[in-house]
Amino acid sequence: MALLEVNNLGISFGGLRAVDEFNLKIEQGELYGLIGPNGAGKTTVFNMLTGIYKPTDGTIFLDGKDVTGKKTAEINKAGVARTFQNIRLFGDQSVLDNVKIGLHNSFEYGTATGIFRLPKFFSTEKKMDKKALELLSVFGLDTMANVLASNLPYGKQRELEIARALATNPKLLLLDEPAAGMNPNETRDLMNTIALIRKEFGVTILLIEHDMKLVSGICEKLTVLNFGRVLAQGETSAVLNDPEVIKAYLGE
Amino acid sequence: MKILEKLKKSTQKIIGPVADTVSKYAKKVITPVVNLYKKLNKPTKKLIRTETVILALFAVVSVMESSGNLTSLMKGLLVPVCAYSLVAVGLNLCVGYLGELSLGHAGFMCVGAFTSALFSRTFQDVIPDVPRFIIALVLGTAVAALFGFLIAIPVLRLSGDYLAIVTLAFGEIIKNVINVLYVGKDSKGLHFSMKDQMSLNMDLDGMMLINGPQGITGTPRQSTFLIAVLLLMLALIVTHNFVHSRTGRAVMAIRDNQIAAETVGLPVTKYKLVAFTLSAAIAGVGGVLYAHNINSLTATTNNFGYNMSIMILVYVVLGGIGNFSGSVIAAVVLTMLPELLRGLSTYRMLIYSIVLIGLMLFNWAPGILKWREAHGLNATAIIGRFKKKEVQ
Repeated sequence: MALLEVNNLGISFGGLRAVDEFNLKIEQGELYGLIGPNGAGKTTVFNMLTGIYKPTDGTIFLDGKDVTGKKTAEINKAGVARTFQNIRLFGDQSVLDNVKIGLHNSFEYGTATGIFRLPKFFSTEKKMDKKALELLSVFGLDTMANVLASNLPYGKQRELEIARALATNPKLLLLDEPAAGMNPNETRDLMNTIALIRKEFGVTILLIEHDMKLVSGICEKLTVLNFGRVLAQGETSAVLNDPEVIKAYLGE
Repeated sequence: MKILEKLKKSTQKIIGPVADTVSKYAKKVITPVVNLYKKLNKPTKKLIRTETVILALFAVVSVMESSGNLTSLMKGLLVPVCAYSLVAVGLNLCVGYLGELSLGHAGFMCVGAFTSALFSRTFQDVIPDVPRFIIALVLGTAVAALFGFLIAIPVLRLSGDYLAIVTLAFGEIIKNVINVLYVGKDSKGLHFSMKDQMSLNMDLDGMMLINGPQGITGTPRQSTFLIAVLLLMLALIVTHNFVHSRTGRAVMAIRDNQIAAETVGLPVTKYKLVAFTLSAAIAGVGGVLYAHNINSLTATTNNFGYNMSIMILVYVVLGGIGNFSGSVIAAVVLTMLPELLRGLSTYRMLIYSIVLIGLMLFNWAPGILKWREAHGLNATAIIGRFKKKEVQ
């Protein structure tokens, strides 16, 4: 059974059909790319997959469970985490706290335990700190744990967002333009990092990206969106050589 | 000259050893405490500093009071100042950490005040003083929290200006309802009416508890300055612990970016409710203190209406949004100021408003902030200067 199975997904905003008859099947452990021109509806698909938008038609199955139209927080608990194209960190909190917020549902103690500083507070916080630092060290961010998230350089903010998403222990990780605004060196580092987290966390990845070097370098399968519809779908090399795709997106 | 030198030597002989032993013991006691303090993180250090300052002020004021150096006007202000500080701390939790503007916190204070005063008055002759006050305190806080919870359910679906307007209306409604509420007690039990005193149909031995616009009279005056200060210190600890816990982090995450908070699996509505309820509860504690400090408790615009709500918001904004100790400082200064300026009679409110504008500019104007930065007049720079001295 596929990890993510999307059937005939569609959404309308008033008279505008933003996404129509979108189908997608991602197997466990795959690295899947979603590409297409600006305004094709890629981020809208992400927003439907994470419950930020409610789809007008179609179904989304995660690991055999129907998550169509569920609340964002519930979908996250079911195993979907994401990053954003325009970075959405908790800017007024430290790098460490950002990851600890991601760990919120994995480590529990009640509000009263926190207010009265019962022993469980200290033991759980210690475990959370340890786990958060472990996650941060994957990205080399552990040395900046106490820096405010908004004070991080741009590239590091993107990595912190990935770390925070991984903290929720997802089965499927959605990355929305992870290489946006990065120079070629940073993009190369990012490709290595994505390969590393895939190996280390055993997470399936779906990413939106415009950088074709990155897409052709790491994605195994691709779906191309154009005007809200699927233009081509399949193995990366086959899709990138498709004359339709070249005409609509890559340029002749 | 010789005599002077001799004198110096002899005094050194006497004082030297004494000073040595004193400093030895002082070092033994102080060094571990200082080391322990240095290990703490920044917010905890700030909390300890604030609590120490409050304790010190309490000690100074207590000494002044017992030696008769405090005017009766000032004496009368001690408990209200703590009550307002408490409400300001509660509102700061709502504005600074939940990120929602509430203009109805005087309403929660009002609920706490009237619930506890009604309880104290009803059981005045039945329950002994100390347990009665404790129950009144718990009850007032709990009912304020309950109102906070109930109001929050519909209100937190709104945000920004809409939320502010609805909470403002809540405060006014509470005040107006209490103004037409008549409650009496006689041998048959409690009587309620929303019309007038006569329609209660009480026996001759009946006693009015809430008498409409005249409110509750004869509440036992049990909130002393000591209790008020202790409760204020407790509230500061509670809010600090709340903010720096799993729940507090979640609340701040929701404030910083609600969509991101949802995508990492935070139950947004739940944590908004928790924070708003706690905020209302703390305002309720302020109300309990306030009610047990005055003989006749009435609900007027000045003490529980929008005037008060906005006054408290002024404390929060001037003290710094998200800064609990700042709220306390602002509440103390701005409550004391009009009384201290009383001698200037006509110009009192003029000077008060000029001070307000001045403080606001000093705290928030970008130009002045830049100037303060350049001349080392911001908080971190000032604290930094003290640190250097310690090292030397």
